[in-house]
Amino acid sequence: MLGKLTWAAIPFDQPIPLVAGGVVLVAILAVLVWVVVKGHLPYLWDEWITSVDHKRIGVMYVLLASVMLLRGFSDAIMMRAQQAVAFQAPGFLPPEHYNQIFSAHGTIMIFFVAMPFVIGLMNLVVPLQLGVRDVAFPTLNSVGFWLTATGALLVNVSLVVGEFARTGWLPYPPLSELTYSPGVGVDYYLWSLEISGIGTLVAGINLVTTVLKIRTKGMNYLRMPMFCWTTLASNLLIIAAFPILTATLAMLILDRYLGFHFFTNEAGGNMMMFMNLIWAWGHPEVYILVLPAFGIFSEVVSTFSGKPLFGYRSMVLATMAICIISFMVWLHHFFTMGAGPDVNAIFGIASMIIAVPTGVKIYNWLFTMYGGRIRFSTPMLWSIGFMVTFIIGGLTGVLVAVPPADFLLHNSLFLVAHFHNVIIGGVLFGAFAGYTYWFPKAFGFKLHEGLGKAAFWFWLVGFYVAFFPLYAVGFLGMTRRMQHYDVAEWRPWLLLASVGAVLILIGIIFQIAQLVVSIRDREELRDHTGDPWDGRSLEWATSSPPPVFNFAVLPDVRGEDAYWAQKVRARQAGAAKSDIEYRPIEMPRNSPTGFVCAFFATVTGFALIWHIWWMVIAGLIGAFATFVVFAWRDHDEYEIPADEVARIDRENISERRDMISAAGSV
Amino acid sequence: MSVTTMTQDLHQVRGLEVTDHPGPAPKRIVTAYGFWIFILSDMVMFSCFFAAFAVLSGETAGGPHGSELFNLKNVAIETGCLLLSSFTCGMASIAADVRNRLWFHVSMAVTCVLGLAFLFIEFREFADLVARGAGPSRSAFLSSFFTLVGCHGLHVSAGVLWLLTMMAQVFAKGFRADILRRILCFALFWHALDIIWVAVFSVVYLLGSAA
Repeated sequence: MLGKLTWAAIPFDQPIPLVAGGVVLVAILAVLVWVVVKGHLPYLWDEWITSVDHKRIGVMYVLLASVMLLRGFSDAIMMRAQQAVAFQAPGFLPPEHYNQIFSAHGTIMIFFVAMPFVIGLMNLVVPLQLGVRDVAFPTLNSVGFWLTATGALLVNVSLVVGEFARTGWLPYPPLSELTYSPGVGVDYYLWSLEISGIGTLVAGINLVTTVLKIRTKGMNYLRMPMFCWTTLASNLLIIAAFPILTATLAMLILDRYLGFHFFTNEAGGNMMMFMNLIWAWGHPEVYILVLPAFGIFSEVVSTFSGKPLFGYRSMVLATMAICIISFMVWLHHFFTMGAGPDVNAIFGIASMIIAVPTGVKIYNWLFTMYGGRIRFSTPMLWSIGFMVTFIIGGLTGVLVAVPPADFLLHNSLFLVAHFHNVIIGGVLFGAFAGYTYWFPKAFGFKLHEGLGKAAFWFWLVGFYVAFFPLYAVGFLGMTRRMQHYDVAEWRPWLLLASVGAVLILIGIIFQIAQLVVSIRDREELRDHTGDPWDGRSLEWATSSPPPVFNFAVLPDVRGEDAYWAQKVRARQAGAAKSDIEYRPIEMPRNSPTGFVCAFFATVTGFALIWHIWWMVIAGLIGAFATFVVFAWRDHDEYEIPADEVARIDRENISERRDMISAAGSV
Repeated sequence: MSVTTMTQDLHQVRGLEVTDHPGPAPKRIVTAYGFWIFILSDMVMFSCFFAAFAVLSGETAGGPHGSELFNLKNVAIETGCLLLSSFTCGMASIAADVRNRLWFHVSMAVTCVLGLAFLFIEFREFADLVARGAGPSRSAFLSSFFTLVGCHGLHVSAGVLWLLTMMAQVFAKGFRADILRRILCFALFWHALDIIWVAVFSVVYLLGSAA
């Protein structure tokens, strides 16, 4: 009846996951009870869960990423603590538990923190920057988000029901095959990523179509803000790379479930094919994450330097070059496979070449700052911190791109230090810069500056203290994923690294405090004009938070930095025009399709993990029925009358006009 | 004359004026465009299974080769069914364009029957192979064969389900704009499966039988 699922799946003998799971469960129940008792449920359902508004969906993506960041970070703290105490000792985490923790840490941080964070910011901002009212496929967008949430949910369920993979964040065979991983851990990994992978693909298709087909009048390609370009590049990579992940994991699923021989040791299977396939997705994935961050830095650096982006066209070219070259370097993840010196040399050189467009970008940001009137607000601090940190990470990357050097450093903590250097210093700092920069746009009030700066400094210093010792122990020969060790020279470095983790923890506490304090003081931090940073692109041309239709009248764009040009024209003309003719606006109706679909995906995924076949069939039928019901709908749009549009827009225009005239004429 | 108009004039003289983007595209274009992108991503997924097949096609682990297993006559009939169904699917699109319900339903029904015939022949081939001890767990070659061909078969099955849903929708609601867009996407999907099949036919069956 319940397949492999029995009471033995609950780890009653292991206190750490049980207590952690219990606390989370109690917290979730408490929140649910609070929501129901306070009567917030209808609001949540109508305004958020069933919302097809790209801004709301973007916020929910970022919220998911933030919650999962806490989960992934608690894994990180446990690993640092374990390695700090496990010198000639077993430490406090048994090996099978430690292995699950580093696997979950990597999986969660990449798939459920970095991905939803950047996809959320793209969702929130790109339609606004393009000057339009919505994305190409609003309901599909909601489906994509909820499928991502399903994946995150399944990974977290593994904490208390069964176990998670012990294979690392990429389940290399033959370890991940049924022979060596007979439990459900790898299955949890596989099904959550298959489901969330569909969500990511949907998001990718949606955003590419949006950028290519839904732009306001006059928004030519070479007038788009840089963030739209990096969004385009990143989502093109999603479309081309995520199907590879889906196919590769499907092959591993077939090996595990139906006795196929794709990657097994026997019957002709080829485990190195898994490495090739997974990294043919995995390397583009790195750029899927970092390209949007590059876009965020471009917006932030240009805004806070008060200058147009230096070398806009070279930036576009560099972005698209990275987009293409990122598919030609995958083999550098396993130079030690033995492909031979010629193959290794080609991939080594390609890996070094991809550093060139990235270098172009760094110079462009530096020249944007040069001669600018720089304001050191929190988003700008994250950007400068990124530039310094990312250059170091890039240089160690070029170092491991040299095949002979890689033979020494492969799988060592040097590598771990390198990719944390680029992912924290690049993606995460970018996400935090974007979060601080666009928070007032999403919610109508700014985040507290002082606490934001404190968080930045603790993160920055904490990052260096936590990860630079890992470069050192890597050189000293320490391999990654060690549950305990006997080498005395490594100990001081690992102790230092755990101090760094504590500093980052303080940074995170400051971020939480910043959010709480900012919500408390929201009236003082209120952004009345819609343009709190003196911005340049169109997202600042509407109110904060924007009305559901974003723009009462779609803007007419005549050049780069569209909103900056508008402001200049308005100042020259004395005041903004007020004789606007408002028309009624059609907007897509909300739909529970995404949520219901994700519910059935969760049921199906859970049933597949535990081999509960009747439930698999029930889940699939439910998902199909959901789509049919959605397709049967007769009205998928509603109309906002012209009077209402006019009322909302006039409120915003008056405050904006005050701001522009207060700034004086140019 | 202001500076801006002067530059504009200069650009026009040199033929350098920038044409402004006309604004958001109509829904029909957007939907079909998005679906095209989905099809491209689906083809990337198929290309992984093709790559796996290419890598593993020689790994028979002492078991049978393709030349001992494949019945080209069967495959020819399958191919005939699928290519014909693409033709009838095209007829259905034309019927939808001229809003002819009868011909739409007839063409879709024929498409459905041809698709089911294809699936039936494929299922029989699979069952026959398994009965002869040449199932997917026999060797890496057979694993990759069953996955690649089976993945195409799953797509056709999903396509049949979609086809029936579209017939029901047109029956219940007629040729509404959103339903016409869905018919367009379905047609794209069905024709794309043909293209994949041509590759499967050539790479798996023709090359496989020659070995």
